[in-house]
Amino acid sequence: MTNPFGAQSPDIKQRRAAQTRFEWGGRLAITVALGFLLAMTVTIAWLGVGALQQTEIKLAVDLGPDNIDPNDLKGASYNTIVKNALKARFPEVEGRREKRDLYGILSPDAGFELKEKVVADPSLLGGTRELWFLASDDADLFGKGRVDVTLDQSQRRLNDLEVGWLQDLKANGELQKRFNMRFFTHGDSREPELAGILGALVGSAMSLFVCFILCFPVGVMAAIYLEEFAPKNRISDFIEVNINNLAAVPSIVFGLLGLAIFLNVFGLPRSSPLVGGMVLSLMTLPAIIIAARAALSAVPPSIREAALGLGASRLEATFHHVAPLAMPGMLTGAIVGMARALGETAPLLMIGMVAFIVDVPTSLVQPATALPVQIFLWADSPERAFMEKTSAAIIVLLFFLVVMNLTAILLRKRYEQRF
Amino acid sequence: MFMEVQDAQGNGQTSGQAARGESETVITARDVDVYYGNKKALEGVNLDIQRHQVTSLIGPSGCGKTTFLRCLNRMNDLIDICRVTGSITIEGQDIYDPAVDVVALRAHVGMVFQKPNPFPKSIFENIAYGPRIHRIARNKSELNDIVVDSLKRAGLWDEVHDRLDQPGTGLSGGQQQRLCIARAIAIQPKIILMDEPCSALDPIATAKVEELMEELKAHFTIVIVTHSMQQAARVSQRTAFFHLGILVEQGPTEQIFTTPQDARTENYITGRIG
Repeated sequence: MTNPFGAQSPDIKQRRAAQTRFEWGGRLAITVALGFLLAMTVTIAWLGVGALQQTEIKLAVDLGPDNIDPNDLKGASYNTIVKNALKARFPEVEGRREKRDLYGILSPDAGFELKEKVVADPSLLGGTRELWFLASDDADLFGKGRVDVTLDQSQRRLNDLEVGWLQDLKANGELQKRFNMRFFTHGDSREPELAGILGALVGSAMSLFVCFILCFPVGVMAAIYLEEFAPKNRISDFIEVNINNLAAVPSIVFGLLGLAIFLNVFGLPRSSPLVGGMVLSLMTLPAIIIAARAALSAVPPSIREAALGLGASRLEATFHHVAPLAMPGMLTGAIVGMARALGETAPLLMIGMVAFIVDVPTSLVQPATALPVQIFLWADSPERAFMEKTSAAIIVLLFFLVVMNLTAILLRKRYEQRF
Repeated sequence: MFMEVQDAQGNGQTSGQAARGESETVITARDVDVYYGNKKALEGVNLDIQRHQVTSLIGPSGCGKTTFLRCLNRMNDLIDICRVTGSITIEGQDIYDPAVDVVALRAHVGMVFQKPNPFPKSIFENIAYGPRIHRIARNKSELNDIVVDSLKRAGLWDEVHDRLDQPGTGLSGGQQQRLCIARAIAIQPKIILMDEPCSALDPIATAKVEELMEELKAHFTIVIVTHSMQQAARVSQRTAFFHLGILVEQGPTEQIFTTPQDARTENYITGRIG
């Protein structure tokens, strides 16, 4: 007996094949997308993880009274002390050029670093001490094994002599890698080994703060008015179309607007997080209005009817029932908008947040930079060692983006479908 | 009398007892036309609704019965393109008069909707909300009394008295609908409009709501829209039959269902149209 439900007809086979083709196509698309994501993440992580460590070199520095007057700690020439220590470690080095190369394995900040240590702890004075000093960016790369010593010396930043010294230090245990706390506690620097992310991080946080303070209340109120109160006519249609258009305007245009209005007309301080936040809020506001309106219209009309049917005024119905129910959705939209603002670079370039700023900003009107701009600046720098800083900064940025988006998702999940 | 909420409740108690037995017109509709944009949804409706009776509005889908019901507490105001002409008076007051405050009107004319729509708040808060915005309770214990009393009158007290702080949305469909009725009577209206209150309920829950209507009609005037002719026959004293935007026939329920005057009514109640 034949199976009456078997797939005998060629038509059925074709239909089935079409579905199989589609499913495999979908799987392929997802695999490709995930592959790219994985490749990006792994590359950034592999490069960026280097920035979490820093190479240090041990030197025996002479802190005797010949070099430092105990009564005038700040007056001594610490650079000379460090240089002398280096010379003492490698006595065979002669000639200006070679000496310059030798001093180059230490960060130019080494003398300053020594001064800081001595001032902080005067008990170091009075003799020869063995201390760790920050290596220069190129020596740091060697310390992390990112210098290919098999290449001809003309092909790499360190010449054979420098490699020889570093290998000597390493063999004697005078070269170590340490967790790079400095990266998280300092601002930008021209020297890669000194550069940190904190300035940009604080700048971004301040800008986002200003952005949120400005656009959340305004955006939510605008959305509530448009959704719940405004009469539906040609004017409100016109406004709606324009809000949607504004959300699609390239962000650099908002940057130009900020430059023209906030800086040139209002005369607000250039490069400041205040102006940065204002420009970002211009960009985020339409997005927040759209998200908030969507959240409001997702509240079932039956809730409005229930309140109005009880004799609540429209204002009461909106603020007692509809807006609280829409609040998680509105917050989610705001957070997603903020996350977009956090990753925004172009408008900040226009208002001067691209400047090289070493100090960590302490107020909203001080010059600052932002995370994505910092990434742009470092990626633009010629020093090879900035590459890992760039990646590390990207990791920090991505971390905050993931945290924000995760918050948004959790918020949505938590309050989903309460009605 | 709808200018102020206090007014609306002030003379309530006396008329409740006065009108036992004899019928007295509470709602009068004369030549009511309703338009949605250019489309006429209701034409020339003339209808009187009696105090302390259940009046049911029946008719096939799209006949305008819900539209008419929503004219009675001006819920149609919410629809921008909706326009009402003619006159509807409640307790002698034209409710479309510009001097009428729609908030006070809706405190006087409560409404129960087709789909149970409790607020996503606690059972207590669901009922307390109305009295709170109308400042009916002077203090917490009065508010508490209103909540308990409303729940009792809606026949829900025994089922929920130990979980007033639980969300109203967690109740079963039938309980939710009775919660909505309790919520409506908590603001002490005189009239309750019900828009197919049982269409989302199972037969047992429906029976409970119908039983409730029977008890409530002693204190309230009830207007109910229903698709179920059996329900209309069971709960109402008067019935009005709408068809294609026209009020075809009205009269005592028994008469409509036994000796309808109009052929359309007969066709509808015998199941030939609708």
